[in-house]
Amino acid sequence: MTQSGNPDKRWLDPEAKPFIEFRGVSKTYEGIPAVRDVNLSIYQGELFCLLGGSGSGKTTLLRMLAGFEAPSAGSVWIDGVDVTHIPPYERPVNMMFQSYALFPHMTVFDNIAYGLKRDGIAKAEIQTRVNELLALLRLKDFGRRKPDQLSGGQRQRVALARALAKRPKVLLLDEPLGALDKNLREDTQLELIKIQESLGITFIVVTHDQEEAMTLATRIGVMDEGYLVQTDEPHTIYEYPSSKYVADFIGDINLFECLVAGEEGSDSVLYSAEIDATLEPPSGLSAPLNQVLWYAIRPEKMRLSRAPVETGNVLSGVVHEIAYLGDFSVYWIDLDNGFRLRVSRPNISRMDHFAESWDERVYVTWDVDAGVVLTQ
Amino acid sequence: MRSKRLFQSIAGRQWVAWIPTVWLLTFFLVPFLVVLKISLSESAIAMPPYQPIVQWLEGGLAEIRLNFGNYLFLIDDPLYLASYGESVRIALVSTLVTLFIGYPMAHVIAMAPEPRRTLLLILVILPFWTSFLLRVYAWIAILKSNGLLNAVLLNLGLISEPLVILQTDLAVYLGIAYTYLPFMVLPLYAALSKLDRTLLEAAEDLGATPWVSFWTVTLPLTLPGIFAGSLLVFVPAIGEFVIPALLGGNDTLMIGKVLWNEFFANRDWPIASAVAIIMLCLIVGPLMWLSRLQSRAERA
Repeated sequence: MTQSGNPDKRWLDPEAKPFIEFRGVSKTYEGIPAVRDVNLSIYQGELFCLLGGSGSGKTTLLRMLAGFEAPSAGSVWIDGVDVTHIPPYERPVNMMFQSYALFPHMTVFDNIAYGLKRDGIAKAEIQTRVNELLALLRLKDFGRRKPDQLSGGQRQRVALARALAKRPKVLLLDEPLGALDKNLREDTQLELIKIQESLGITFIVVTHDQEEAMTLATRIGVMDEGYLVQTDEPHTIYEYPSSKYVADFIGDINLFECLVAGEEGSDSVLYSAEIDATLEPPSGLSAPLNQVLWYAIRPEKMRLSRAPVETGNVLSGVVHEIAYLGDFSVYWIDLDNGFRLRVSRPNISRMDHFAESWDERVYVTWDVDAGVVLTQ
Repeated sequence: MRSKRLFQSIAGRQWVAWIPTVWLLTFFLVPFLVVLKISLSESAIAMPPYQPIVQWLEGGLAEIRLNFGNYLFLIDDPLYLASYGESVRIALVSTLVTLFIGYPMAHVIAMAPEPRRTLLLILVILPFWTSFLLRVYAWIAILKSNGLLNAVLLNLGLISEPLVILQTDLAVYLGIAYTYLPFMVLPLYAALSKLDRTLLEAAEDLGATPWVSFWTVTLPLTLPGIFAGSLLVFVPAIGEFVIPALLGGNDTLMIGKVLWNEFFANRDWPIASAVAIIMLCLIVGPLMWLSRLQSRAERA
């Protein structure tokens, strides 16, 4: 997983001035809320990803930043200026559209030059700047083509070049890689990071693809039903999700509903009726007796063995199914009460002694600190 | 059995292609040739009122007499050239007027939300449900000196004596613009509703004010609609007879009126036919020019 190299994590500095701010922003369409009370600060030079399923409000939030939608409540700030009521053509942001929205009646060159012409820049200057962009995005030979004479990947690069041409303070990207096939997408992700780093522009990317968000982002904002449910670095989002929704949406996870039961030494013990077992919570948990909690554990943090192990949390069950995925395999383990666990195992050696363990009794163990306790 | 199927597959398909060909030949080409023939003959006080071009002589010989005099006469008498010019001018002005009224109308309809959009479209087409002639007579009632319009303006105190609108060119422009407006609005609506609105957002995002994005994106992308609408108005407006005859004055010389006079008042079929042939050339000329422009715009 690549992290966009931003050595100074400004969002950790309480003194840092945010570059983009949503202050209590809500948006309703005919009474139906699309975005609900979002407060978000994004800092200069970030590559911020808004991640969420369809209808989560991520695109609406982006469109409010571009100026295509006006918030129903709250305000939007860019570089210390309240832009809530400024029309799109006067905002220092440019957008790369999901459909690319290239002008079909103009050549690639004219598409890229469109924004520069609106600013009344001299012809010679436009010429050099467009040619620079054509070179940067490997489009040198296509300047005279029309958009319908280009491949999907080329069109995507033209759209990016057009959005970069005015050297905006913020570049908004709406599902920028959605239309590309897998290999091209991975190359383009790395290319986007490279361009972002070399130009130092703040990027805000909307995506529904969690892998893409993890690859690109300095920070990820996860949205659900209009709420911004968690904003953190990719690592934190994955390892320390703040809610069941985030834990479930990002990657795979096993979730058990638990009760805080009795005390054992200084730490509480969790009892889960779902798996009919007691679990030792991660260190430092302090919760009142009988509180309902959720215990979450990622499949790759669990180990399988044929003999019982004494350390950490241990569950026992029967191998129901194995999915071989190449780099790792997924095991579905049925516990004695019928609850199904998902455990993944990297395929380190070619001859794995677990590869044909259907219907065998196995033990699932994990370190006490590998799990997460969630309250919502 | 097999041969029958063969007949159905190949000959059947050819027959389908023949239907429009036969239709065009019988109802367009043949009448055109008849008119062309009459335009090349000499007028006579007879039934029909022209002399035949081909006369059979003795010994199986045929004498063909082509008379280009009718065409020369049209060039000779300034009346005809003037009325051709007048027709083109009136048709052009009316086309521009319908374009300027029709484009904003089509724009509003295309941008309207769904239930209202259908309603507006129906309103545009609604006038077709009454007779065209009736609607032109209604305009007489509105425009005449003691008509509706003057009554309203006089009562409001905006004018002190009735305006003379009826039997002027203004009334003809009004009549043509009113009658042909739907022919302009519908193709424009088709072009505008096809327009991808994210293109306008992209233009705005890149710094174009709504006015600039209209000129640089909306207008170029709706050019095919503008061409189609303009043709649909311009072509019938050139040959328009009813509107100039009823709303225009005696000095409104449109070629449709001249044609009617030659044919029915003067009973000079050859001259009338020559007038019709020249009019056809006048219409086909801009038609081909516009369709070439249009195909170039579509290719671009």
